[in-house]
Amino acid sequence: MARITRFWHRHKWSYFFIAPSMLLFFLFIGYPVLRAVVLAFQRVTLRSSEWVGLKNFVDVFSSQLFRDAMLHTFIYAFFVVAAWILSSLAIAALLQPFNNKVQSLFRGAFYLPYVTSIIVISLVWIYIFQPDYGFLNWLLGLFGIPRVLWLQDPDLALWSLILSTILIVPGTGVVLYSASIGSIPRELYEAAEVEGANAVQKWWGITVPLLKPTTLYLMVIYTIAGFQVFERVYIMTGGGPINRTTTIVQLIYMTAFSDFNFGRASAQALVLFAIIAAFSFIQFRFLSTDVEY
Amino acid sequence: MTTEPTAMEQATALVRTQSAGRNWRDRFWQIVILAILIMAAAVSLFPLYWLFVTAITPASSTVKLPPELIPANPTLENITNLIALSGTGGLRVLGLEDVRMSRMLLWFINTLLLALVSTGIHVIFDTMAGYAFAKRKFPGSNLFFWMILAALMIPAQVTLVPLFLMITQFKLVNTFAGVMLPGLADVIGIFLLKQYIQTMPGELEEAARMDGASEWKTFTSVIVPLAAPAMAVTAIFAFQRYWNSFLWPLVVLQNPDLFTLQVGLSYLYNSEFGTNYGLLMSGAALASIPMIIFFFAFQRYFMQGLRVGAVKG
Repeated sequence: MARITRFWHRHKWSYFFIAPSMLLFFLFIGYPVLRAVVLAFQRVTLRSSEWVGLKNFVDVFSSQLFRDAMLHTFIYAFFVVAAWILSSLAIAALLQPFNNKVQSLFRGAFYLPYVTSIIVISLVWIYIFQPDYGFLNWLLGLFGIPRVLWLQDPDLALWSLILSTILIVPGTGVVLYSASIGSIPRELYEAAEVEGANAVQKWWGITVPLLKPTTLYLMVIYTIAGFQVFERVYIMTGGGPINRTTTIVQLIYMTAFSDFNFGRASAQALVLFAIIAAFSFIQFRFLSTDVEY
Repeated sequence: MTTEPTAMEQATALVRTQSAGRNWRDRFWQIVILAILIMAAAVSLFPLYWLFVTAITPASSTVKLPPELIPANPTLENITNLIALSGTGGLRVLGLEDVRMSRMLLWFINTLLLALVSTGIHVIFDTMAGYAFAKRKFPGSNLFFWMILAALMIPAQVTLVPLFLMITQFKLVNTFAGVMLPGLADVIGIFLLKQYIQTMPGELEEAARMDGASEWKTFTSVIVPLAAPAMAVTAIFAFQRYWNSFLWPLVVLQNPDLFTLQVGLSYLYNSEFGTNYGLLMSGAALASIPMIIFFFAFQRYFMQGLRVGAVKG
């Protein structure tokens, strides 16, 4: 008893400080995660639930729509991650010769589109993509290119979504790459110059390897963001035309809140989690280095 | 009598002509690079520019070719139409159903309240927990912190359905609490504040305790002032996230009086105004102007926050 009193007396303030956060954590993250695992093995309605074993997972993997959604999500994530890494690296490298003021002006400009919501930016893209009086078709029309149905053509809609994502250079990548390039010691380049290295050799021999930690971080967060793409799909195409732009999260949303099949939606979400975890693991395995400078 | 230039003079002249040539080349490349950067920035910023231009272009001119890249007759009619046509509703967020106003304004108030209240609570709780994990030794601290780190990996879609079922069971669908509560359980801020507070010297804290200050007093008078920059970064990113959040409010809110701006915009787009681009863009402008002002006011913190976030990777 005395030990308990002493323990309480010594640690009560520590527990007081973490109590609000931990309470929220257990209530709104810990418990729901466990519940999601349970739900994935049940048939669930708002009123009742019953165990169905692996049925939800069997349904998920045997569904053509889920396989399509996986394919669309992979295509989207692959092109977006590749384009974002390359464009932010290129912009950050091109920014280097300029003074601090110019650099921070450009960093701000590239980050600005990301302070507004994806819903807002997507609404503008809907207007830009509008077939009859949208900006893009007008622009292409000046070069004699006939009217394109960006979001209505089933073969094109997914590529239009990708285009709308990659045309905006990612601000985070520009900021992080330009900070990393700026912190590479100048002596490394001077030493390379003494040994007669040219600009291309310095770029591939020094800059790119030393940026590996930043590249890894950006690749992981961009891949996660790519796999979770939802808002722009929801508002720009709603997964259509004929499900040709349905992504995994769009499908989870439809399964849960339009079909009210909560069990299957949970199974889909767990599959998404597994895919994201696997990709993050692979990226860490292949890209992590012990380069320090 | 003319003398041959000395070797030294020859060398100097050679270097001079070479460096003059180099300057020219550097200058040329600098201009080319600058042009590329400006092009890339122009493309990236075009949607935002087009948003604001369309918002002040008369609706009839938004469905005509060629598009007015610079508005010929700037007008505020879109925004006044939007406020008039988006319907009216009661200020239910504050329980004032008799206070009636345009839905567009309601959405603005709802979003502002949600973002401000959530951010405030968030920062206080995160600072408390961050301080405990950084400076205090207590049984279970490693376990708790490890659980928080693990939670960072779990995508929000996993908890979406269980949270919706919980909110339904608690009868919080269509309420402010239902939108706000689950969002408060975000752990990245705890991590950020723990990292920051760890680097602070412990002497001041000790001194306050020696002076007989209570633990709470030590926290508010020593830790909070010193942790203020990290709290500001946490607050800014939390505010941005709450202001722009979409999926969870979309799922929880069904009554248009309670919508946030993002949900309201998607609702407008799916309504009869879906092809009135002037109207839509004026709503989108209204939803983004506060964030843009916010960004310019706190740009330094935004940039710092990005880098702090990257350190953990």
